[in-house]
Amino acid sequence: MAVIEEYKRLGERGEPVVAVENLHVTYRVFATGKAAGSARSGLLKVARGIREVHALRGVSFVAHENESIGVIGPNGSGKSTLMRALVGLTPPETGAVYARSRPNMLGVATAAALLPELSGERNIVLGGLAMGFTPAEVREMRDDIVAFAELEESIDLPMRTYSSGMAARLKFAIAAARAHDILIIDEALSVGDKRFQERSEERIREIASHAGTIFLVSHAMKSIRETCSRTIWVDKGLIVMDGPTDEVVDAYEASKK
Amino acid sequence: MFSYLAEVWRRRAFITTLATYRMRAKYEANRLGIVWIALRPLVNAAVYGLIFGVIQTGATRPKDYPVYVVVGVFAWEFFMGCFVDGSRSVTNSRNMVQSLAFPRMTLPLAVWAERLYSFLITLVVLVPILILFHHYPSWRWLWCIPLFALYAVFNAGVTMILARLTVHVTDLAELLPYVSRILFYASGVLFSVDAVMKGHPTIIKLYDAYPMYQVLKMARHFLTNDKGTSFPVQFWLYLSIAAVVTLVVGVLFFWSAEERYGRD
Repeated sequence: MAVIEEYKRLGERGEPVVAVENLHVTYRVFATGKAAGSARSGLLKVARGIREVHALRGVSFVAHENESIGVIGPNGSGKSTLMRALVGLTPPETGAVYARSRPNMLGVATAAALLPELSGERNIVLGGLAMGFTPAEVREMRDDIVAFAELEESIDLPMRTYSSGMAARLKFAIAAARAHDILIIDEALSVGDKRFQERSEERIREIASHAGTIFLVSHAMKSIRETCSRTIWVDKGLIVMDGPTDEVVDAYEASKK
Repeated sequence: MFSYLAEVWRRRAFITTLATYRMRAKYEANRLGIVWIALRPLVNAAVYGLIFGVIQTGATRPKDYPVYVVVGVFAWEFFMGCFVDGSRSVTNSRNMVQSLAFPRMTLPLAVWAERLYSFLITLVVLVPILILFHHYPSWRWLWCIPLFALYAVFNAGVTMILARLTVHVTDLAELLPYVSRILFYASGVLFSVDAVMKGHPTIIKLYDAYPMYQVLKMARHFLTNDKGTSFPVQFWLYLSIAAVVTLVVGVLFFWSAEERYGRD
């Protein structure tokens, strides 16, 4: 019930969009490296050196409308697991995630929906449709995406010929084309040149101002400071600190020295 | 369940786009491009036709052998593609499954659509080949429309069943090319089951209940003007039942594991 109290305490912040209550996530991994899903049938439950990795050990927080939340922490601290649990891709061991609508994740893996052999143009169509837009909506979005990604000249070329920065720009442009209610960005901003980073940060603030909620996972403290109003510091599967970005990032940076 | 199917239907543009774009991506790198869709089964048919044409002599060899093989191989490609590619449809798109939320059924269906398009293209190529061997277009060809519609329904079910099977037992993906090859040799694509199994009426009875055998036999009957290629009328009933049952089982089987894809 701590979540409810937290919600009351923060009531002035606007409608709650995501509530996470006492979330635990455990991965079961064969010691050989082959994953055994928690849902696997009893047939294969022979002890084969299964190791449990307790990735999240009780995480609770509430996210509100118009908030952009930075998520920071060292590698392996559970940041990505937390985000995957928010999207519903990783089942919780105990605890629950409540969300107003289904969050969308924009990360390195979003590229999977795109085919490198195809031109940027066709990948826009494919990416848009994969996100659930209708063909008409995709056609409408198309010019904005090309303009935002600044790929007017090479949009007809296969994506495999793009530089990694160009590909990253296109991916971000596709994912950020429409206002999402809840958008999760996992380390996507570290690619692209400085100018593009600034423009995507601006775009993120814009989405956040349109009643959207954004989670930004990053190691770049500078972009967290510039984009996020609130920051959650995760370490070893627990929330170390949750509060205004400046306080949390200062404390995080101090801890690393 | 029904809302899920409605969601899949809403994503139909994604299915067809993914299918056509994948086809393009696959062939655009080649010089001959899209021609390969037709050329590959043709080369296949030529190779098998030559080998089996030499091996089989006399009574067991079907009449008008080149046409027999071409129709058989062309029709078979559709099933085999759904069988083998379908089994990889979810496992190969793991990244997509893990990063985007969409009805997973679109993945096997995209594979199926891709195969269906290829099949339709090969059918166009089949027409001049049939004419070349003096099987001229006739009204009987129209019977192929309901036949191939049933065939497509059947294959959609097959694709979905295999798509889920390999998710649970990844080892199966290694095994399936062999299974499909065994099925290929056993289904009478290259030889006449009736002639070879003449002394074994029980085996022929078993074959009568086998959908792929029915499809091939009926397709040959409608596309060629040979007498003596008749089939029992019940085949329509058998095939319809097989197609609908396979589709329903496939949809239910695939759907019931929807939450589990991409988690292993």
